[in-house]
Amino acid sequence: MIRVEGVTKRYGPTTAVDNISFEVERGEIVGFLGPNGAGKTTTMRILTGFLPPTRGAASVAGFDVATQPIEAKSRIGYLPESPPLYPEMSVIDYLRFVASIKHIPRKEIPKRIDAVLERTSTTDVRDKLLGKLSKGYRQRIGLAQALIHAPEVLIFDEPTSGLDPKQIIEVRELIRSLAGEHTILLSTHILPEVASTCGRVIIINEGRIEASDSLDNLTARLEGATALLLDVEGPPDEVRRALELDLAVRSVAEESRLGDRTALRVEVDKDDRVARRLAAVVVNSGWGLYGMRSLGMSLEDIFLQLTSQEEQANGGEGPAAGQGSDGGAPAADTAEGQEGDDR
Amino acid sequence: MRDTLTIAMREFSVYFTSPIAYIVLAIFALIFGYFFTAGLAFFMDYSMQAQGSPGAPPMNVNQFVIEPSLGNMSIVLLFLVPMITMRLFAEENRSGTIELLLTSPLHDYQIILGKWLGALMLYGCMLLVAVVNLSVLFLYTTPEWKPLLVALLGLALMGATMIALGTFLSTLTRNQIVAGALTFGVLLLLWVLNWVSSFETSTIGRLCEYLAISPHFEQFSRGVIELKDLVYYLSGTALGLFLSKRSLESLRWKA
Repeated sequence: MIRVEGVTKRYGPTTAVDNISFEVERGEIVGFLGPNGAGKTTTMRILTGFLPPTRGAASVAGFDVATQPIEAKSRIGYLPESPPLYPEMSVIDYLRFVASIKHIPRKEIPKRIDAVLERTSTTDVRDKLLGKLSKGYRQRIGLAQALIHAPEVLIFDEPTSGLDPKQIIEVRELIRSLAGEHTILLSTHILPEVASTCGRVIIINEGRIEASDSLDNLTARLEGATALLLDVEGPPDEVRRALELDLAVRSVAEESRLGDRTALRVEVDKDDRVARRLAAVVVNSGWGLYGMRSLGMSLEDIFLQLTSQEEQANGGEGPAAGQGSDGGAPAADTAEGQEGDDR
Repeated sequence: MRDTLTIAMREFSVYFTSPIAYIVLAIFALIFGYFFTAGLAFFMDYSMQAQGSPGAPPMNVNQFVIEPSLGNMSIVLLFLVPMITMRLFAEENRSGTIELLLTSPLHDYQIILGKWLGALMLYGCMLLVAVVNLSVLFLYTTPEWKPLLVALLGLALMGATMIALGTFLSTLTRNQIVAGALTFGVLLLLWVLNWVSSFETSTIGRLCEYLAISPHFEQFSRGVIELKDLVYYLSGTALGLFLSKRSLESLRWKA
């Protein structure tokens, strides 16, 4: 449905997207994941025909975006990062306008408008001015706008950014409900969003694709690494040192502390006996072991691992300079995203 | 065609949901009314005197009322056209709604023609105000209507050219004030260009005379259609629209 082949986009000396290729099959929901400034928006703009690529080709539903733009564009529903709304228009007038420029036959327009208003639960604001709507409604009208011509392909650029937790859940549910009838590519820098909505993840960083796989495979790919959570009663520093002595242990981090008890997150190589050995270390040292359970590698870990590997590999190169600030952003947003995920 | 009209109708209705249309129409009505009333008063005064002195040249409403009041309109356009055109693309660039238009199954020329047409429709409303004023003359006297139609056609063509240039200048920026100031500057320059020709009689002087926007209206206002004036306005409009298309394309490369 979506095919990107060797697409590169340069803005003057900076390369926003560097020779990326990927495909999205019919009916898939694919998450496009990466820190801010990774090239997600640029890639989406190339796919929607808003920007031409410097090199490479993109096609949607079999139509090349550059050479058959009208055919390609009429099969795409696109929600840019900020919904493209005209503040002085009413919801209904706006949707009528969009329906018309998307070539919906005139007599079908009212029906389509009713359908998308219902789908995005915005029927109650149909006569309001777009400029007077709350952020959540604006986002949903943005979605309605993308859906109105029932396109085969939906492209959403950060569909949940700036929404409150309840709205985030609603928008995610809406996106999930679109699965099957549409092929969806959505970008985000919020990790739980991918876990909760997407079947496949494409991780992009500094304009390059770092990984493209299903969530399960991605988790499995980082084979060898897993984590244990230990609840230990004892002097934290000593416990830590003792645990670190084990060869299979990669790192030990304190999660929380309550009185004498400390929760420790221990990253270990995959090893059948490591849990047994760690338990023995704690017990033999005379400390109390209140609990031990294994933690899977979370998406966040994968993301950080993949993108930070890249950072290290890049070393002293120019673009790395801007990375410091970028690197901080996903972590903060993650917190916000997880909040939204708590139900 | 349907797409172009859809965009034109949206632009046109936005003028009326914002204060722009009301302000522009009110200013125009006021100033045109002033010119018209002054011209009429002058005409009545003059014809009183003419009555007393036999042998005076015959009076003509067209020449004494219609021609000057429409002729003065080009000055008013200088100020009002930037107000009409400045938001066309600058506003879309600023709010990001241009992304909707450029990712919809539309050709660039449909977007540009639609916006230009929308602005032209508001301009048509302004001309309508002038026509309402002038029609009063038909109640009391018998002006010739053919020269009047030609003058209106000339005014429409001049407006179309100015709006096309304004449309182009609006694509260059995301700031409406910048677009408006640029448009005003360019139109003013085109307006004063022929002043040079009064003392500069070389080729450059004649070129400036030809490039200036207002002299081409003079013949129209007298009811005369000259090919060179027609060509000037049509090619000026085409140039403005062509540059807009080019600019819109480059927007995609720059964005």
